[in-house]
Amino acid sequence: MAIAEKPVRQRKVVGLTGDGAAADAMMQINPDQVAAYPITPQTEIVERFAEYVANGNVQTEFVAVESEHSALSACCGGAAAGGRVMTCTSSQGLALMHEVLFIASGNRLPIVMPMVNRTLSAPINIHGDHSDSMASRDAAWIQLFCADAQEIYDTTIMAVRIAEHPEVQLPVMVCFDGFNVSHDMERVEMLDKAEVQEFVGEPNPKINMLDPENPISIGALVLPPFFFEHKLAMTRALEGSIKAIEEVGKEYAKLSGRSQPILETFGMEDAEVAVVALSGIGGTAQWTAMQLREQGLKVGVVRPRVYRPFPAAQMVEALKKVKAVAVVEKASAPGASGAPVFQDLCTAMYGLDPRPKMINYVTGLGGRDTSSVQYTEVFKRLLGIAKGEPVGPVQSYIGARE
Amino acid sequence: MSDIFEVKGGTLPKASELPLGGIIPSNGNGVNYATGSWRTQRPIFNDAACTDCLLCWLHCPDDSIILEEGKVVGIDVDHCKGCGICGQECNSKPVKAMNMAQGGRFEPSETFARHTL
Repeated sequence: MAIAEKPVRQRKVVGLTGDGAAADAMMQINPDQVAAYPITPQTEIVERFAEYVANGNVQTEFVAVESEHSALSACCGGAAAGGRVMTCTSSQGLALMHEVLFIASGNRLPIVMPMVNRTLSAPINIHGDHSDSMASRDAAWIQLFCADAQEIYDTTIMAVRIAEHPEVQLPVMVCFDGFNVSHDMERVEMLDKAEVQEFVGEPNPKINMLDPENPISIGALVLPPFFFEHKLAMTRALEGSIKAIEEVGKEYAKLSGRSQPILETFGMEDAEVAVVALSGIGGTAQWTAMQLREQGLKVGVVRPRVYRPFPAAQMVEALKKVKAVAVVEKASAPGASGAPVFQDLCTAMYGLDPRPKMINYVTGLGGRDTSSVQYTEVFKRLLGIAKGEPVGPVQSYIGARE
Repeated sequence: MSDIFEVKGGTLPKASELPLGGIIPSNGNGVNYATGSWRTQRPIFNDAACTDCLLCWLHCPDDSIILEEGKVVGIDVDHCKGCGICGQECNSKPVKAMNMAQGGRFEPSETFARHTL
């Protein structure tokens, strides 16, 4: 969580799990429709939100569907009808949604989806890594990554505004680590429901197929003379959404007193080497860096909170002065020249001269913890590279018995 | 003619000029898109056998059965995809009024075929 600039006013402070924070944010958003199917470790969101529906805390139409494919399809229908719709999923559920992910983004439907990162089968495993959302990274969804329950709460609320921003009109995934974050009880400062309602505002749909005054066709066949341009328009909107994310973040920071940067950085003012890591493992990296800085080692951490669109300009600006960078990822890209964030970052950094030496670590697949001791080894290797030691293998696997 | 199919100044619209998400923001523009070339078989209409029950017109997915004063007068060859549903549904006895023939191209002698574009 970003450090508060100044507490605006005293608010309700509660203990919430990551899933609980997502569900409570959804409750305060009070969407028109939620269609979701439970899957570990996202289940608590669906359970908790279903209770809010049953207890009358929300006016949401809750669609109990028989699969994730149906869940997202129902959301596409609801969004195309001009509604504010949400769903949530994990792992195999996201994999089953895969086909519909592209339909949501291609039809420019601003659906918001908390996405609890869990690995993909086989072998079957319910624990956290980023394999699921990384396998969907080219689906033209905005992907935001959160490190703790407060950030999940804040990001879910902001995601509604980002998705529905007139210049964006794209679906948003709010990703966070399964179990380590989704089931960890933490302190969360909540806004009043009225404040959230005012912040998200009334939906102002750009696409509304239930408007009899303006009949439209959705999902029509688009052949070669037009298809490329539609995809290009969508791609430009995704690239440009970084501005909307910043803009909504600034507005939300003013309301909440919690800053909402694109990148959370630690020690980067004078760091010689840096670790880049998404979501929860970025927190461990930061804690390790704090210990090492007390020993006088100039290490830093960059934790991007936005992965799609890739914040290339911001990343280059943050990392251009360091001598060596390690990208530590809870996902692998088998057979590729690097894991997903590493590929993106290398591409973004390629034009720098001189540019930092770059190495890639895959860690914590299937929910294995990444310890501070392991991060210390990563930082020490980086410091060695900064002093001129050989770079060694570009890709390594932390703690795997090979 | 619909905006999105309109050729402005001889060029097709740019990405930034297209409606959001591939929607078609107006109705009745299917007529602007000829699909007749997709045919691999064609309906042959026998006027003498037709009872004007209009089952073919009711079932045609492409609105390609042309009526005049409640009577079938021909086929819209620019939009008929040759799906064969009209031939399947035709109920006139003892001879069917709508029969499918192999090949998409109508012969000049098949005079009931009619263009609308």
